[in-house]
Amino acid sequence: MAVTLRVNGKEQSVETEPDTPLLYVLRDDLALNGAKYGCGLGQCGACTVLVDDKPVLSCLTPLMLLEGRSITTVEGLGTVGKPGPMQQAFIEEQAAQCGYCIPGMMMRAEALVRRNPDAGDTEIRDALEANLCRCGTHSRILKAVARARDLKRGGGA
Amino acid sequence: MRFGRIFLGLTVLVLIAVGGFVAYAWKSEIPAQEAQLQIDPALRARGEQLAAIGNCVTCHTAPGGKPFAGGLALNTPFGTIHSTNITPDRNSGIGTWSEAAFGRSMREGVDREGNHLYPAFPYDHFTLVSDEDNRALYAYLMSLPAVDAPTPGNSLPFPINHRMLVAGWKMLFFRPGAYQPDAAHDAAWNQGKYLAEGLGHCGACHTPRNALGAEIAEQHWDGAELEGWHAYAINEKSPAPVPWDKEKLAFYLANGFQQIRGVSRGTMAPVTTNLGVAAPEDVSALAAYVADRMGTPSPERIAKGEQALAKAGETSEATPASAAPTADSQAIPSSASARGQAIYQSACASCHESGRALPHGGLNFHLSTAVNAPSPQNIINVSLYGLPAPEGEGGPIMPGFAGALDAGQLTDLIAYLREEFSDQPAWPDLSTRVEDTISGKTRVPLYRSDGTAASPTDSSVRTTPWL
Repeated sequence: MAVTLRVNGKEQSVETEPDTPLLYVLRDDLALNGAKYGCGLGQCGACTVLVDDKPVLSCLTPLMLLEGRSITTVEGLGTVGKPGPMQQAFIEEQAAQCGYCIPGMMMRAEALVRRNPDAGDTEIRDALEANLCRCGTHSRILKAVARARDLKRGGGA
Repeated sequence: MRFGRIFLGLTVLVLIAVGGFVAYAWKSEIPAQEAQLQIDPALRARGEQLAAIGNCVTCHTAPGGKPFAGGLALNTPFGTIHSTNITPDRNSGIGTWSEAAFGRSMREGVDREGNHLYPAFPYDHFTLVSDEDNRALYAYLMSLPAVDAPTPGNSLPFPINHRMLVAGWKMLFFRPGAYQPDAAHDAAWNQGKYLAEGLGHCGACHTPRNALGAEIAEQHWDGAELEGWHAYAINEKSPAPVPWDKEKLAFYLANGFQQIRGVSRGTMAPVTTNLGVAAPEDVSALAAYVADRMGTPSPERIAKGEQALAKAGETSEATPASAAPTADSQAIPSSASARGQAIYQSACASCHESGRALPHGGLNFHLSTAVNAPSPQNIINVSLYGLPAPEGEGGPIMPGFAGALDAGQLTDLIAYLREEFSDQPAWPDLSTRVEDTISGKTRVPLYRSDGTAASPTDSSVRTTPWL
């Protein structure tokens, strides 16, 4: 069946089974390869994207739930030439090692700062608890999120 | 003249009554203790096990705070009360409390200075604790590192912000006195009852309360709702599809899950976490007493349980998760029930029909107490927020679906679960509850669902769901 999704502000029609996980559609049909397949069990957060501004594990989310809803992936936060504040902050803090978890980290952090532009260190830690990084760059990730929050507020870091 | 005399008479009566009440309510201060204590290590070790049964650390620790240093905000129907610091800090904790003062707080609900304590501190249960066990608890608490953490003020409305009024509550609802063994039962049963009704304070969550916040004796362990979770009936009204017995209960209480009855979560998660480090013989005694209260299941009940088990087995064998067909794989179905089924098949069945053993597989819903319970609140909470992973160890896990499921989709899903996996009538308040939970009107504190090895020094409380 055809499902209409709004992905990064663009209407997209996808021909697929309604129980297909969103992640597969993003990567296989829409060539949006930012969101990653990590565990497939909703335990690592590498596949996190936003649905109506809330973080969602795309590997577990069947397409049938998403008709008409607004999806944002890491590609929607900016471009290579013009990174958005969240991406800029991760670059400035050099917060990635292998980078596999980073799109999920950015999206969960993006959801947090959209919901709470004044999120403090505790809120950042709490929000990111659901996302794993196996390289151990958590400290830089936390700094990057705090920097992104400041960049978004226009204050600089 | 006559009016004046009546007025005078009434005034005198009122004054006598007030005076009498004040005399009744007045409690003396127990002098502050000066000397540093010598703590007997054996007594301290027993106290640690007892503190685990009392679940003390869960209420007496603020999120992110030091264990036992208090400050957790308890949102009661009467206002917000903060738990106190029970580390031996001399200024903000109980460092100046003598053993007599500690014993009196447990037995009578009065602090060292003589103030009445609010019954959010469950002294209506703790009054049963023996002097000997209070001594051990005291030794344990006094051995903890002192933490300087003043307790935040309570926000209670007039007049209940006056602690003296608690004396009136006690007059109505509180009967102090240590546990009296029941000669008709053996020592193990008595130990179980002593722990369950006393220090374990099971009834504080599992018994409904009246308008003044006192447990309703006639509805003992009938099940109740508080802190955004439904505490199931744990007497003969238990909604578990397969009846419990004492061995299964003992395993569940110590490990936080039971193979065919599910996992402990919500406000029960820290309870089983703590019981995991309690003395096994105490946990067995508790379980035996609770099983006795649940009673011997009727033949119909047993038959129903066997039926549920058979259905659960069939489902996992006949429709392996990967091959589970959706109701209509070509389109999103139009009826609510078919929509619920389609969501179940695509989002839930891969774990819940995997046949994989608990705690790492999902429970088959034919065996789910949550789906068979009188309130949908627990299944709503778990669908939205999942089971937060335990810290640094194995345990039950489930990802939450908040954000993915909107209110309509979640309502359809849960209505389908109820229809398909229980023989109970539909929940009339389902959609309202779903909306209130998603909007945050119903606050749902989340707790990690471990229970196998966590130490009692970690309260594991989370107050913010993963959003």
